[in-house]
Amino acid sequence: MAMTDNQKTFAHDDSSVVVVVGSGAGGGTLANELAQQGIDVVVLEAGALYTTADFLADEWASFAQLAWLDKRTTSGSFRLATDFPNLPAWIVKSVGGTTVHWAGASLRIQPHEFTALSTYGKVEGANLLDWPLTYDDIAPYYKRAEQRMGVTRTNDNKGLPGNNNFKVMYNGAKNLGYSCDTGHMAINSEIRDGRSLCLQRGFCFQGCKTGAKWSTLYTELPRGIATGHLELRPQSHVARIEHDDSGKVTAVIYFDAEGNEQRQQARLVAVAGNSLETPRLLLNSASSMFPKGLANGSDQVGRNYMRHTTGSVYATFDQPVHMYRGTTMAGIISDEAHHDPARGFVGGYEMETIALGLPFIAAFLDPGAWGPRFTGALDQYENMAGMWLVGEDLPQASNRVTLNSDVTDQYGLPVANVHYDDHPNDLAMRQHGYRQGAELYRSVGAKDIYESPPYPSTHNLGTCRMSKRPEDGVCNAYGQTHEIPNLFISDGSQFTTSTAENPTLTIVSLAIRQAEHIAQLMQQKEV
Amino acid sequence: MSIPYLSRRVFLKASGGFLAGTLVFVNGPIALLAPSHSWAMPLDSLSSRQGEVLLAVTRQIFPHPKLEDAVYAHVVKSLDRKAAGGTLGKVLADGIVKLDAASGGDWLSLDDNKKLEVLTPMAGSLFFESIRSDAVVSLYDNSLAFTHFGYQGAEGDEGYLNKGFNDLTWLPNPPQPDAGYLPF
Repeated sequence: MAMTDNQKTFAHDDSSVVVVVGSGAGGGTLANELAQQGIDVVVLEAGALYTTADFLADEWASFAQLAWLDKRTTSGSFRLATDFPNLPAWIVKSVGGTTVHWAGASLRIQPHEFTALSTYGKVEGANLLDWPLTYDDIAPYYKRAEQRMGVTRTNDNKGLPGNNNFKVMYNGAKNLGYSCDTGHMAINSEIRDGRSLCLQRGFCFQGCKTGAKWSTLYTELPRGIATGHLELRPQSHVARIEHDDSGKVTAVIYFDAEGNEQRQQARLVAVAGNSLETPRLLLNSASSMFPKGLANGSDQVGRNYMRHTTGSVYATFDQPVHMYRGTTMAGIISDEAHHDPARGFVGGYEMETIALGLPFIAAFLDPGAWGPRFTGALDQYENMAGMWLVGEDLPQASNRVTLNSDVTDQYGLPVANVHYDDHPNDLAMRQHGYRQGAELYRSVGAKDIYESPPYPSTHNLGTCRMSKRPEDGVCNAYGQTHEIPNLFISDGSQFTTSTAENPTLTIVSLAIRQAEHIAQLMQQKEV
Repeated sequence: MSIPYLSRRVFLKASGGFLAGTLVFVNGPIALLAPSHSWAMPLDSLSSRQGEVLLAVTRQIFPHPKLEDAVYAHVVKSLDRKAAGGTLGKVLADGIVKLDAASGGDWLSLDDNKKLEVLTPMAGSLFFESIRSDAVVSLYDNSLAFTHFGYQGAEGDEGYLNKGFNDLTWLPNPPQPDAGYLPF
């Protein structure tokens, strides 16, 4: 029985409901939080409903099942525009969104990162800004998020056991004077919250079949549905948001599973479609009153697109590693995550183990490569260890999501074009990370080192950033858009800066905080 | 193991060619698991010779000296499928004509170094990229390749918790609490 079978349903002309667009970390959490408070919610999710039993232990087949493959285009000097011109992002189109695919790393943003502009100072070419909220503002919500997600090394949840890839990273880390452990992960190390413990399958990216890894698919969404206040509509692709003459949003137009256009009225709309689809939806909703798109009077919708400064270091050894066995992100080093401009860049980066199966290492180790250096790496696949570098990339006004009106999707809507140029700071940080990663692996006997370029982005941030002053961003510290009081941004699009940390824990924390705020505003009849 | 075997069907096919061979590395992981050392693969749109050339081109692009032709044949099969009824068939046919022309008539008869010398200037061409971009998926996404390169694929579905996720012994075991805790 599907979780939607006996759910409460709401009429299309019920204008009292909150409509949440997207069911991932932001949307799924927000919807459940609202439902728990007795607020009626309709969740419109573009993707289909899969269960854990549907997940595949097969990288390409799973990619075809889960990935958002609707057309997108790219421009700019980042390498992805050459290697994967129509796949700038590796995110999910299914119920649960990218919480189905994420690896589970749940790190808090560091206090100083909320004040990036004040801490780093002005950086040429960057559009840095302090967040309109502080670490202390979000700290209580981090606590609640960690509790609900079962993050290891918080709330007495034990650390996950380290796999072989972790052992290599740990020993190298010690040689470099780094600290390293199995991290803060939203993956059960013991049976907890009605979900299994991690069986170390190694298919975190393909959907966690045991449910050990937190995903809104089997936590927030069914719990919200159980309250009788949440209706989940899968395969509902939102096309645009409508508003009335007073400038308040009133309804959402979407295409259902059969491709028929539907109109759901709404008291309030919260958009959580990931940082590419969220601005696209606002831009595609342009009207005579909002000619540049909704909430875009500041011309900031789509701008400051961030994707983290990333890269991977793979190393081969004389003896086997079998890095693909067990959790994908099995070890974390945070010693380079601080801010120390003496390294030649502002901000910092995390080092986290990563493992790809044979099909994906072939695809992503060095896209476009051929010949003996490339095949020599694959010949040593069994003896390979890997880490992912994830650090702060700087917001730039020209890195942005725009509508490509020359290319339309299956519904005839202009697709998102993603433009990205690396900032010199991003390049300096990536080089530093490559060097440190290589040195770490060499210290434990690495034979060959391979520096892999960024993968299609799973961390898409900015594009509707929160700001104190309306002219600097799109929404306030609660995700409420500066221009339209009953329109909210509820995903990573809100991030004012990218920070070094994996974003999901912060997206969930912001969603819990936002839900509280929305309930208050509704009670006070302000929205 | 999905090694394609010689069958009557291969010889009775009206159109298209076929690829056939014998496993070379008789003590290799693939041969140890295979019930027979002969293999064959019917082709629907490519001729036998085109299939042989494409297999040899793939060997130049992704050279794994110890990898059986039977694995490279997956790339030919994938190209054969895609070439049916599309423009790819012509791209491949024209590319092969070019290779032969640059080789005095028969690229396949050249030695390995010469083969690469003739192929290299075509890197980046539609012909080359069509083969490379298919092969980077089809060569490495099959159970024979998994066996050869030491990837356990869907075996992981049951979890490695009791099957070697932490069996590395050539480095010291990290201590607790950093290394976490087994659930049992």
